[in-house]
Amino acid sequence: MKPAPFDYLRADDISAALSALHDAGEDARVLAGGQSLGAMLNMRLAKPSLLIDIMHIEALGAIREEKAALVIPACVTQEALLRRSDLHPLLAKALPWTGHVQTRARGTVCGSIAHADPSAELPLCLALLGGEVSIRSRRKRRTVQAADFFRGMMLTDLRPGEMIEAVRIPLARKNQRFAFTEIGRRHGDFAIVAVAAMREGDTLRLTVGGVNDTPAIREWATLDTADIPDALNDLAWSLDARDDLHATARYRRDLMRNLGRIVIEEVSS
Amino acid sequence: MLDACDHRSEDTLRVEDPPLLTGAGAFIDDLGTPPGTLHAAILRAPHAHALIEGIDVGEALTLPGVSAVLTGDDVRRLSRPLMVGVKAPIEAWPLAVGKVRYAGEPVAVVVAESRYVAEDALDLIHVSYRRLPPVMDPERALADDAPALHERLDSNLASERHFRYGDPEAAFARAAHEVAITVRYPRNAVTPIETYGVVAQYDPHEDAYDVLANFQGPFSIHAVLSRALDVPGNRLRLRTPPDSGGSFGIKQGVFPYIVLMALAARVAGAPVKWIEDRLEHLTASVSATNRVATLRAAVEADGRVTALDLDQIEDVGACLRAPEPATLYRMHGNYTGAYAIPNLAIRNRLVMTNKTPTGLNRGFGGPQMYFALERLMRRIALELGLDPLDVIRRNLIPADAFPYTTASGAQYDSGDYQTAVATALEDGGYAALLERREAARAEGRLYGIGLAAVVEPSVSNMGYLSTALTPEERAKAGPKNGAQAAATIDLDPTGAVSVQLDSVPQGQGHRTVAARLVADILGIDPNTVRVIAEFDTAKDAWSIAAGNYSSRFAAASVGAVKIAAERLRDRLARIAATQLNAPAEAVVFEDGRIFAEGNPDNAVPFARVASASHWAPGTLPDGMAEAIRETAFWTPPELAAPTPEDGINSSLCHAFIFDFCGIEIDRTTGQVHVDRYVTMHDCGRVLHAGMVEGQIRGAYANAIGATFYEEYAYGDDGAFLAGTFADYPVPTAMEVSDPLILHIETPSPVTPTGAKGVGEGNCMSTPVCLANGVADALGSEADLVLPLSPARLMPLIGGEEPQPPAGAAPRPEPASGGRTLTGSGSAQVAASPQDVWEMLLDPQTLKSIIPGCHAVEEVAPHIFRADVTLGVGPVKGRYIARVALRDLDPPNSVLLEGEVNGALGTGGGTGHVTLTPAEGGTTLAYRYEAEVGGKVASVGGRLLDGAAKIVIGQFFEALGRQAGGAKPGLLARLFGGRS
Repeated sequence: MKPAPFDYLRADDISAALSALHDAGEDARVLAGGQSLGAMLNMRLAKPSLLIDIMHIEALGAIREEKAALVIPACVTQEALLRRSDLHPLLAKALPWTGHVQTRARGTVCGSIAHADPSAELPLCLALLGGEVSIRSRRKRRTVQAADFFRGMMLTDLRPGEMIEAVRIPLARKNQRFAFTEIGRRHGDFAIVAVAAMREGDTLRLTVGGVNDTPAIREWATLDTADIPDALNDLAWSLDARDDLHATARYRRDLMRNLGRIVIEEVSS
Repeated sequence: MLDACDHRSEDTLRVEDPPLLTGAGAFIDDLGTPPGTLHAAILRAPHAHALIEGIDVGEALTLPGVSAVLTGDDVRRLSRPLMVGVKAPIEAWPLAVGKVRYAGEPVAVVVAESRYVAEDALDLIHVSYRRLPPVMDPERALADDAPALHERLDSNLASERHFRYGDPEAAFARAAHEVAITVRYPRNAVTPIETYGVVAQYDPHEDAYDVLANFQGPFSIHAVLSRALDVPGNRLRLRTPPDSGGSFGIKQGVFPYIVLMALAARVAGAPVKWIEDRLEHLTASVSATNRVATLRAAVEADGRVTALDLDQIEDVGACLRAPEPATLYRMHGNYTGAYAIPNLAIRNRLVMTNKTPTGLNRGFGGPQMYFALERLMRRIALELGLDPLDVIRRNLIPADAFPYTTASGAQYDSGDYQTAVATALEDGGYAALLERREAARAEGRLYGIGLAAVVEPSVSNMGYLSTALTPEERAKAGPKNGAQAAATIDLDPTGAVSVQLDSVPQGQGHRTVAARLVADILGIDPNTVRVIAEFDTAKDAWSIAAGNYSSRFAAASVGAVKIAAERLRDRLARIAATQLNAPAEAVVFEDGRIFAEGNPDNAVPFARVASASHWAPGTLPDGMAEAIRETAFWTPPELAAPTPEDGINSSLCHAFIFDFCGIEIDRTTGQVHVDRYVTMHDCGRVLHAGMVEGQIRGAYANAIGATFYEEYAYGDDGAFLAGTFADYPVPTAMEVSDPLILHIETPSPVTPTGAKGVGEGNCMSTPVCLANGVADALGSEADLVLPLSPARLMPLIGGEEPQPPAGAAPRPEPASGGRTLTGSGSAQVAASPQDVWEMLLDPQTLKSIIPGCHAVEEVAPHIFRADVTLGVGPVKGRYIARVALRDLDPPNSVLLEGEVNGALGTGGGTGHVTLTPAEGGTTLAYRYEAEVGGKVASVGGRLLDGAAKIVIGQFFEALGRQAGGAKPGLLARLFGGRS
């Protein structure tokens, strides 16, 4: 369980990282917290020719508020965000489910978004909140909506030469309410099903992780209490629930129905 | 005897703790290696069953830094097969010879200057396999048409034995009821943090091997090793490191790697070090056996069982490897459990399947056996309308029956099961638990109570394994029996005391207990006694029974220490007596001084007497041997060889456990919450309360894993699916509840200290106790198969699932419910069916449309070979793909059959493609089934389905693009906008 040979570059600023990324093309990977990439390297599932370590780029290290949004640059760890649980009520609820304190201490928020694991909590939150991903390459910047960023399992809209500079999450408004829950085999495991809900007035928005290849989003302009079971059953059957080692498709549908009800009740009460 | 040996040490802090708790333990990977040590990495089989048609190591050997590559040919040339425990033509080698029989089986070893280079070289070894159909299910393996794993054996049945004790047929004929149950116990193992490690050297001048390995015994394996290496035992020096990061029996399974690395050192001409990685360990170290057991009980109207009939199919994996079939026979004297059942019939079949070979594991046969027996006891209660507790109580062996001989020959040394149960119910709050269940059920909650009564054997009889042979075969082979324990105590010239143990501890605290015992006997401070636990077959006193297994320390190893200490004390007393002018019998050892009884003021220092044999041997009493080193061997006479009637006292000590639990199942999630767990133990005399508690808590945590989380899962195609701790979810502190531990003590009359083993009991009692609780909560006697995951329990709670909404497209469910990846899709292609058809058959087009394709050649008509890079996101690997087009119906439909092979794993599958004319081109529809094996299946199961969908989607997407490109002007790039 040793990685294949690779070159390592520690970038001191973002332009150094971006030009190295540009020059190396598809074979380079950005290394942030390394909590997913490290394991993939050691198992030789990933064999990049170059690792560009961005964790020493000071400019990407601090959370800031900007135009009613939370801007979380690429080097902010999950634990750093969790420690600022005052910043957003949904993140305060969801981040304790993200791995363990040890993995959160190194794993970054943007790294989790870039990795795009279908079970991960942070992509789910970004999708629910309508966040944006700020992307940079050597010459260009662009912004992609969360709903467009996740393209498939571990597949994103990032192109060769690009990296995530930050994610932007709209600050919570007073009339918004949030809930999050998930079931994994053990505490800190990948979610079998994770659900997050947001209510704003009559509008109810739900995202489901762990089932489809990307976070699934549903929105109801209004949803009567009596219609919730049918709505959740429709949702459960409409997604691509599959069997794996830990759960059956049926169990995933059960969880969507049951956890869905729990989060909807929480945001509706 | 018992009065004289009350060496309890609950107040003693563990001498083991400071280094272990401060990260200063000396584990095998921490120790220095000899100069010039090289490093090994192992290439492992991606297939469960395949012939090796060729291995090309040429490219690997040219990689700078690589010293040697071993294959099955080298192993066959330089060594002999590993011994097999039954008379059957089964060949077991540490490296595949000609054939692989389980996923993860070692196929080649690279020796290089570093582990990195060695692993680089693994990717350069090219093995051609011819896949054979695997057989994974033990019942299926017995079918006439099942593929046979071993050519010289025309079936997969390695051994079958029938046993009959008392008169079971008559008891069944007389019985008021017959109750039966079939139980399938899965594959799992208590898994250590520290994986296997070996540092091996070969001395060509002496034709001798010197091996440091974290092997944990039993050292009967030393004979297997020297035989395999084809040297006398005195030319294999086997040593163990000072500390062990856990064994749980599993470390016994390092032994084939000892052979392998010893041979690697010989071939490379240098010391070789190998540390197993986690993927290797989970995939291919050792598992406990999986078992299918059908139990029938002859039952009286009041619930008393008069006879038991067991039909057991034991799955030992790809070959019967030493010490198997021990898992099945270790419990042979105990198959009637804690119950007075006089009549017993047993049919044992040992079956081989394409899984990792099995071996020692904590509980060793007990979890499998008691899961069946205690599920049966509950079923008896339900079928007869009795209280499960009453059924247990009515069948327990009476307190006045000890020592009690079971039907199959075990001698239960001591016990008072009735008092243990009554005390547990009282002190554990059983009455309150019944009320709690009633209250919960009144609220509509799913609450259940489970029970289990278990006899925990310890100190294995080295002869029990020969019960697997017929009496005639045994007579020919000669008797095997006993459980020889050894200990050595040294007195050095300063009069300081050292103790050498034969128990190879894994952190239990053996050194602390031994130091306290010796100090008490010699009247000195325990902190001055040094206990050495690393083991060296070249220098230590040992026998085949040495090692860390069958909970033998407290009952056997400590006994040998005690005998050695007492012998030394008696000799020192004689030396002191001459100096004190007192009879030796009157000499007292206390506080580091030696004096005559009643005259403590006239004392000599212990150290002076203890060093006298070094400095002044001439002053010793006439005819007395020196008091410098004392080695004691102790074997209990109770452990006799099997009788001609197949009676066997399989273990020396028999502890008793009675557990009960209250559990609740969450209706929303299917998760089980252990609300209360009470475990009553009678392990004889408790030598160290804290260590006993540690053993119970550890086994309980292991049992929580086996009950709810852990399974070494395989696909029907033989792929191993649990290669990481994400897919083999060992419970953490968050998942393990706090049991209430209770004790009574009925000291063992057959061990020197009155202690019995306590290390494995909850691995036997807890899974079935919890499963009985789950059954009680569900109110159903559905067959419960471990692990009891929420996904398995949910359908048992909720009944029928809500139907899909009217008009919704039915979702395709995998036909087998297995792990075959299936999918379908369609694409609009801007070309005529004929054009698309031609593309599919043209290598150049295929090269441009297969994702990550480097080259395609048509090796035969309609058979293509491609060099491709496949992957999803950052996960990429290079593969050789072979695709054959079959059932060609131009230009309408074709069947693609393909397989891919690469360092990350293998895949195979079929895709059915249909082309139908559509407006502006062709509708291309595809449907596929695929199976994936090797590393990607072991570590990425959660993501494979999605990955297959993406990769296959990419192919047809590219086909669509290619077609669009081939027809300029047609803008029908359906996928173009999406990628």
